[in-house]
Amino acid sequence: MSWELKSDRPIYTQLIEQLELRICSGIYPPGSRMPSVRDLAREASVNPNTMQRALTRLEEDGLLHTSRTSGRFVTEDINLINQTRNKLAQEQVRIFLKGMSDLGFENSEILSILTDTVKEWSI
Amino acid sequence: MNNLLECRNLSKSFGSVKALNKVNLSIGQGRIVGLLGPNASGKSTFIKICNDLLTPTGGEIRIAGKKPGIETKKIVSYLPERSYLNDWMKVSDIIAFFQDFYSDFNRDKAYDMLKSLGIGKKDRLKTMSKGTKEKVQLILVMSREAQLYLLDEPIGGVDPAARDYILDTIISNYSENATVILSTHLIADIEKILDDVIFLREGQVALTGTVDQIREESGKSVDSLFREVFKC
Repeated sequence: MSWELKSDRPIYTQLIEQLELRICSGIYPPGSRMPSVRDLAREASVNPNTMQRALTRLEEDGLLHTSRTSGRFVTEDINLINQTRNKLAQEQVRIFLKGMSDLGFENSEILSILTDTVKEWSI
Repeated sequence: MNNLLECRNLSKSFGSVKALNKVNLSIGQGRIVGLLGPNASGKSTFIKICNDLLTPTGGEIRIAGKKPGIETKKIVSYLPERSYLNDWMKVSDIIAFFQDFYSDFNRDKAYDMLKSLGIGKKDRLKTMSKGTKEKVQLILVMSREAQLYLLDEPIGGVDPAARDYILDTIISNYSENATVILSTHLIADIEKILDDVIFLREGQVALTGTVDQIREESGKSVDSLFREVFKC
């Protein structure tokens, strides 16, 4: 997964989203040790201070925790990860709905298109 | 004074031209700062004053509390716009050169980075491409364990892949608590790695802020804002 950062929004908020995504999708599994700030900053080509801020925020939210001697770890609280995953899912759906309503679709039409497409996909 | 770099009403005139006009700046430790501005806005003049290559005509500047001079050169690692290395030199000559000049130069680190680029001890500068030469110089500068890195146009004149390499080298190698100031007009390429930006216009500070502050307040990238502020 590559780090996708848009140019018109604060980098810090985008890093939070991207880190959450990586935790929810299992790239950083529950209980695993996170790479160092500098390595993450390097991977995302961002400023280490900005990466640090995003990580601190995830610590406040409980998704990460720091052990004084051995580094920073992903939470083992599966419920919390699932909650975050649901939050991200809702955001994706909102983006999708916004795009569909920009195209002029009503909610009922959107639902039927969605159902049809899901059927085609699963074949 | 807790700030690493501080200047008050710093001015420099060349005859009737005011290259810098009453610049006030305070820059702390552990920051990556972009010094941005169009051509002839005073970026290089500022960096040269920091390195004691020019003397101000007014105001004052302090680096770690001292006037630019021998003492500050010990803690400032400077990448000039143009190369001062001689073409006949071999990589080992340049490394020895840096080791003689700077007590904070980490020779092994330099060799490691050069090795990862496939550059050997016996290679001569003369045989290197422009992009490779720029990388070599940046490696030398970043191999010092300095408190302040002053990089004048580190990404000018190299291709996008080399640019990524250079930015990567900067992020991975500046020592903790050190500050990096880099001048450029290629903003889109570097804004992600900056903490703060300083816009210079006609020798004056036109705007300062953190990158995320600017993005939040203007809803635009620093690059777009720059294009707006400096629209011709």
